[in-house]
Amino acid sequence: MNSHNPPFPKPDAEQWLHMYEQMVKIREFEEKVNELYTQAIMPGLAHLYIGQEAVAVGVCEALRRDDYITSTHRGHGHCLAKGASMERMFAELLGKEAGYCRGKGGSMHIADQDTGNLGANAIVGGSAGIATGAAFSAKRLGTGQVAVCFFGEGALGQGLLYEVMNLAQLWKLPVIYICEDNLYNEYTHYTETTAGDLLARAKAFGITAEEVDGQDVRAVYTTVQRLAERVRRGEGPAFLLCHTYRYRGHHVGDVNRTYYRPKEEEQEWMALRDPLKKLADFLIDQKLADQNVLDRIQADVKAQVEAAAQFAIGAPYPDVSQVDQHVYA
Amino acid sequence: MSMPDANARELTLAEAIREALAEELRRDPRVFVVGEDVAEAGTAFKVLSGLVEEFGPERVIDSPISEAGITGLGVGAAMTGLRPVVDIMFGDFITLTMDQVVNQAAKVHYMSGGKLKVPMVLRTTLGATRRSAAQHSQSLHAWFSHIPGLKVAVPSTPYDAKGLLKTAIRDDNPVAFFEDKMMYKLKGPVPVEEYTIPFGVADVKRVGADVTIVATSSMVHVALGAAKLLEDIGISAEVVDPRTTFPLDKPALIESAKKTSRAIVVDEGYERYGVTAEIASVIADGAFYYLDAPVKRMGAMDVPIPFSPPLEDATVPNEQSVFEMAKTLCGRA
Repeated sequence: MNSHNPPFPKPDAEQWLHMYEQMVKIREFEEKVNELYTQAIMPGLAHLYIGQEAVAVGVCEALRRDDYITSTHRGHGHCLAKGASMERMFAELLGKEAGYCRGKGGSMHIADQDTGNLGANAIVGGSAGIATGAAFSAKRLGTGQVAVCFFGEGALGQGLLYEVMNLAQLWKLPVIYICEDNLYNEYTHYTETTAGDLLARAKAFGITAEEVDGQDVRAVYTTVQRLAERVRRGEGPAFLLCHTYRYRGHHVGDVNRTYYRPKEEEQEWMALRDPLKKLADFLIDQKLADQNVLDRIQADVKAQVEAAAQFAIGAPYPDVSQVDQHVYA
Repeated sequence: MSMPDANARELTLAEAIREALAEELRRDPRVFVVGEDVAEAGTAFKVLSGLVEEFGPERVIDSPISEAGITGLGVGAAMTGLRPVVDIMFGDFITLTMDQVVNQAAKVHYMSGGKLKVPMVLRTTLGATRRSAAQHSQSLHAWFSHIPGLKVAVPSTPYDAKGLLKTAIRDDNPVAFFEDKMMYKLKGPVPVEEYTIPFGVADVKRVGADVTIVATSSMVHVALGAAKLLEDIGISAEVVDPRTTFPLDKPALIESAKKTSRAIVVDEGYERYGVTAEIASVIADGAFYYLDAPVKRMGAMDVPIPFSPPLEDATVPNEQSVFEMAKTLCGRA
């Protein structure tokens, strides 16, 4: 952490355990998604967040419930971390009426007003304008809310991002741009697509820009907590580059990946930089929890995930008569 | 025919637009205007002159030259409690906003299962013959008319422009509002009293019996001019202005064609796959058994708009060409 900033009060064991539970929830949820997809129960596409859990959880735990987020095609983790219910998430993923979007959005478009989630976006970088506009509203209406824009490093290739970062800094908007660098733009290593220094791109606008180990939920949390306070005070936008890793393919069907990345690389990240293991080790080392507690969390979450999936599987599809509803408000 | 009342003054189209914005800015603190040179400069066409003086730079906001960025910001602001009016200086520049309008604004309500709304207006221009060449002269309103989730207004008079813009700002959906840049100085009666004009209601600009000319925006005046020429040779033309291309007042268009048995559709957008094609098909389908001739279409010539004045003039329907078409259609060639 930056030594020139005052230390933040340490979250207590309960908070870290909650974050552990949230990360386990995302991982178990995504494992179930993988299963539902490969069993052909889930239609469409499934982009799994496994490996990146510490980013979503570290960021969202540092936010207020009414703070806004915008998410991506790889967005299940963001939604869950912001407080979405697994039942309604699974229902949406299966195209059921009980889903967050009545089955009309699906995996890539989950939105949940109640938790400030303005929606996942299937256009890479496409939500940068929405997040910045939400920050504009928060400032204009004086609500004290912050907007967080999640995007992958692939979005650094999109012009919209630079247009709105310029606006945000000019108008001192309360928005935090969270760049999750999981190393791969789909099937291409980002170094083949991204010139120059990533952080320098935000710094060029005068935006406060930092980087953090995206596998360390404690580091993400404390950094975002500090940035969010700054942003909320009206000091302008922030940019946080989170170094992370996508354990699985671009989507569930992307199984044979050796043509773009070696198996050894995947194994190394999983063995040495797993976000769940990292926090578990810390909790045990610091005697904040013992393995039994963590095992129980894991078992409880697994049961919740299973029940939520079963709810969604049993839930009805929307009536076909709904197809032309909600085109216009 | 909707007509301003006896208390009407004469306003230009630009003044009517400005008055609509000023009234809505006064009425609703959530409304704001954002765009390139909209504040002190009052836009390139001086349509918004004076607004920043009344409402301040917090509500009439000069932006960088970032059409996608300001449109995206508008979408997000609209989703979270404000009512932005995004100014895109030339209609040609909507190309730069396409993802934010088509993939974001138009779909947010549907994709969220009806939970989120985007009450945003995108004001922009259409119209050729300003000698502005291929990138400042197009009429691209058909593009947005094609997309479910968007509404599109194409006013032809100061009265319609004011009433429709007020409706657009109060609408809970994204609305694209196209103003003919050649008509900003056109004068017409506008009542002093407050009024709005509902979307999806066509207006008969001239009653006639022999041929229906459906015309939009700039082409309404071309059609009215042609109707006068037709009157001189004993042909009575009815001019119908849909005023919004979506929602489209299909019954009014069909009824007029049924009455006259002949129809021409005139619009300044490209003829190919354009507004004229849609409206002609609506009439052909709805008035088939009443028609004495095929429905004719007249749009911009399918070429990039040229700079050279005689070339440019040749690309747009005019009074004479519409007159000739109507005459032929009525068997008076």
